[in-house]
Amino acid sequence: MEAFIDDWGLTAALFLPLVGAVIMMFVRKEDEAAHKQIALLTSVAVLAALVAVAAVFNYNDAGRLQSVIDKEWIPVIDSRYHIGVDGISLPLLLLTGLIVPLVIIYSWNHFPEPRNPKAFLILILILQTGMVGTFVAQDLILFFVFFEVVLLPMYFMIGVWGGENRMYAAIKFFLFTAFGSAFMLVAFLALYFLSSDPVTGAHTFQIPDLPDAATGLASGTAWLIFGGMFLGFGIKVPMFPFHTWLPDAHTQAPTQGSVILAAVMLKLGTYGFMRIPIPILPDAARDWAPIIAVLAVIGIIYGALGCLAQTDMKRLIAFSSVAHMGYTMLGISTLTSFGFNAALMGMVAHGLITGMLFFVAGSIKERFHTLEIKRLGGLLLQAPRLGWILAFCSMASLGLPGLAGFWGEFPAILAAYQPAEGLPVELFRVCMVVAAIGTVFAAGYLLWLLQRTAFGTPKEEWEGHHFHDVETPEWLAWTPLIIGIVALGIYPNFVFDITDGGVQSVLTAFSGG
Amino acid sequence: MPFVAPYLDYHAFAPELVLIATFVAVLVADLIGERNKPLLGTIAGLGLLGSMVPVLTLAVADEPVRAMFGGGYVVDNFALTLKALFIIGGYVVILLSTNYIAEGDFWEGEYYLMLLASILGMTMMASSRDLVLIFVALELLSIPAYMLATWRKRDPKSNEAGLKYYLMGVFATAIMLYGMSLIFGVTGQTGLAAIAASPAIAGTAPVITLGVVFVIAGFGFKVSAVPFHTWAPDTYEGAPTPVTAFLSVASKAGGFVALTSLCLVGFATQEEVWQPLFWVLAALSMTVGNLLALRQTNIVRMLAYSSVAQGGYMLAPLAVAGHSIDGRRESIGALVVYLLVYGAMNLGAFAIVIAVARKTRSGEISSYGGLFQYAPGLTVVMTVFVFALAGIPPLGGWFAKFVIFKALVNPGTSAGYALAIVVGVNSVIALFYYARIAQQMWMQPVPDEDRTPIRVPPSLVGALGICCLVTLVLGVLPGLVGEIGDLAELASGR
Repeated sequence: MEAFIDDWGLTAALFLPLVGAVIMMFVRKEDEAAHKQIALLTSVAVLAALVAVAAVFNYNDAGRLQSVIDKEWIPVIDSRYHIGVDGISLPLLLLTGLIVPLVIIYSWNHFPEPRNPKAFLILILILQTGMVGTFVAQDLILFFVFFEVVLLPMYFMIGVWGGENRMYAAIKFFLFTAFGSAFMLVAFLALYFLSSDPVTGAHTFQIPDLPDAATGLASGTAWLIFGGMFLGFGIKVPMFPFHTWLPDAHTQAPTQGSVILAAVMLKLGTYGFMRIPIPILPDAARDWAPIIAVLAVIGIIYGALGCLAQTDMKRLIAFSSVAHMGYTMLGISTLTSFGFNAALMGMVAHGLITGMLFFVAGSIKERFHTLEIKRLGGLLLQAPRLGWILAFCSMASLGLPGLAGFWGEFPAILAAYQPAEGLPVELFRVCMVVAAIGTVFAAGYLLWLLQRTAFGTPKEEWEGHHFHDVETPEWLAWTPLIIGIVALGIYPNFVFDITDGGVQSVLTAFSGG
Repeated sequence: MPFVAPYLDYHAFAPELVLIATFVAVLVADLIGERNKPLLGTIAGLGLLGSMVPVLTLAVADEPVRAMFGGGYVVDNFALTLKALFIIGGYVVILLSTNYIAEGDFWEGEYYLMLLASILGMTMMASSRDLVLIFVALELLSIPAYMLATWRKRDPKSNEAGLKYYLMGVFATAIMLYGMSLIFGVTGQTGLAAIAASPAIAGTAPVITLGVVFVIAGFGFKVSAVPFHTWAPDTYEGAPTPVTAFLSVASKAGGFVALTSLCLVGFATQEEVWQPLFWVLAALSMTVGNLLALRQTNIVRMLAYSSVAQGGYMLAPLAVAGHSIDGRRESIGALVVYLLVYGAMNLGAFAIVIAVARKTRSGEISSYGGLFQYAPGLTVVMTVFVFALAGIPPLGGWFAKFVIFKALVNPGTSAGYALAIVVGVNSVIALFYYARIAQQMWMQPVPDEDRTPIRVPPSLVGALGICCLVTLVLGVLPGLVGEIGDLAELASGR
């Protein structure tokens, strides 16, 4: 059984969503119940496959790639169907596996206009293939393909089911990401041609082989290649100054789209940094790290200030993502195992918390038909359970100790105190201080949000309206996330135990980690 | 010297012979009687499929290269791959035309004859390695195409289309012929291999440069490279849509084939001349094509400019093809793979244009509003084609673009990297107008609230099926064409 899971678990998780999508294409559009059931069943099966992979995973050896499949794919360009999982990708895979079924459950009675559950659910399943694929791919070209697969479904999800300004947001999201990808692809190719195996002299696209192959690269070239990848991943994260697509996309996307975007898709970028440019081009990474760190803290402060200025609740949460991803990138830029672990924890925590916040925002929007903060107020009186969940998520998001968010932010800040050898310590310490100030802002904007929306008395315009409190599909979708936030808050080693081995292995090039 | 009959390898000629037989069969069937009219398309289609048989038997035969007429007519993997492209592409065009031609006020018999003749010219072009043969093949593929462009005979736009195409075409041919005569004058040879071997070609004499530039400029018209593209949008818009599809894929491919064999075999030593020329043509074509496509409101004109830009991507690998045998192989492979994938996705896009126009009678992009609500199948397929053209994985176009990038980066020259960046930036610009079509179909309301479903005739369904299947399969398993792209024979200068 274990061998079977080892061989087929990842591949099943990767392609089951597509199988589900193809089956749904042959089911009549009117048969909505069938579509929901097939989609849910598929995503639960994917989760089961991923859990099975996690069950056979050897946690004592988390730095090694496991469940590896390495088969011929496109021989002419030396690209292989090479997938595997290690300590870095496993938590993110599980996060993906968890979020998608929850999103589908939430959709049960929350289909955004113009409905069409068939197309909507098919897109979610295709998205899942892309996300899982990105986290397991161990071949640059395979990685690139999956990285891009997520674009189209999200474009349509925003563009068709989104808010008023959806077309602008959709195309902006699409163009920004595609722009980065083009440079990333050129960088991948340059890396392929300029690096060669020290023994055989062969070119390779295999991520595990590239750190050795790329040792001979001239430093200027490596710097440029890193720069190309920086554009691709940095736009996806998104880092300041490439973040402008994010508030639009998150705000206009339907609730489900926002949740997937925030919970998983942003992590494709940060994960990409950890997986590809940093381990492969360590010297260039040292040159780029200060730049990344500075941009990360600018993102933290800028995102926080952006939050303070927002009048729309969803847009506020979107800007808070910019700030949170700033912490993650700051952790990564230290190039230490402490920072990387913090970044991974931050990614998982942000996925759970911001996913929840977008869920709650979606539910508020559904009840009030607005997210205009000044029209809301007194949510605790109108729908107390919803109000308390919002309060809980805000607390988690601002980094309250005891909840997951804390373990994402605090260690990342701490890691900046002592970056890897060869990095400018003073600069990182300044960054540390600025990032710490950012947490104060975070508390400010989230508490202020809470005060304006949940506390107080309801506005006059809602007099006589009755709002139903949290419903069954919402409970079903939210409970696992809430449990996750608390569990990771109390015992973060759930994540750290998995990630540490993986982090050590990608950081072998950096001493003093 | 006594006359020696040239060696004829009938197996190598078989695809062309089958095409000629089909041509005669259509002609005779058309002459016999009116009631045969509906059969003509079928005969032509079957004939094309029949000519695929020898292409396949040649491909699996042990003999990799068959040369005739002193190396002037060569059947190698390069030629066979392109013949397959021309024949299958021609078959799809016939599927596209069947209802269009039968339902409109057109001459039916002659239409298929012209189409077959042009396809015959293209299959010849794929094998031609001699200046004279290239010229003959070019005329054979072009002259029927001029007439096809005017096929909507009562529509002034169609007349304009044909006339413009004809005048520009013959002008280009004249320039090209002048260039060829200069090359012949210097080297005294017409065979490409002989030209390459001749000591006279290796020099830097202005007359040789002039000859090479003229020949490339002549074919620049054929592949509608900027600044020789001005005929394309008008001709594409005015010509009957199936003919436009044919011109934008098959005819363009014909030009690329000739350019490849001319430059990489005949003028191989003159890469100092043609590499920068191709660099400029490629960069201009993609940039100008994409920027103008952004402004279009008519879908056929938009696809016309998009095909100019796509032509730019295809020219790009030629700009770095000269530096080594390996580089040449890489570039030829990239070009051929791009042509194959481009053929499938572009023909597919035109098939949708034809299908939608059956209902809306319009080529305006706005008429695609809300297509998803009443024709979800067509919408999904069109989405596949436009995003494949944009090069988004996992649809076929990404691999085509990928091999272009790979060929450009491979030599490691700054010119190559610079052009790769230009291609990258252009891909993003192009994404904008391709996405606009998707946006119309998926996100905009239906104009006039007319939601009557579109009836798609079986032949069109067949064409869409072929194109969509190829686009999807090549996107996921690109190794299938990757192998074909390995065309070492031509690269080594034979």
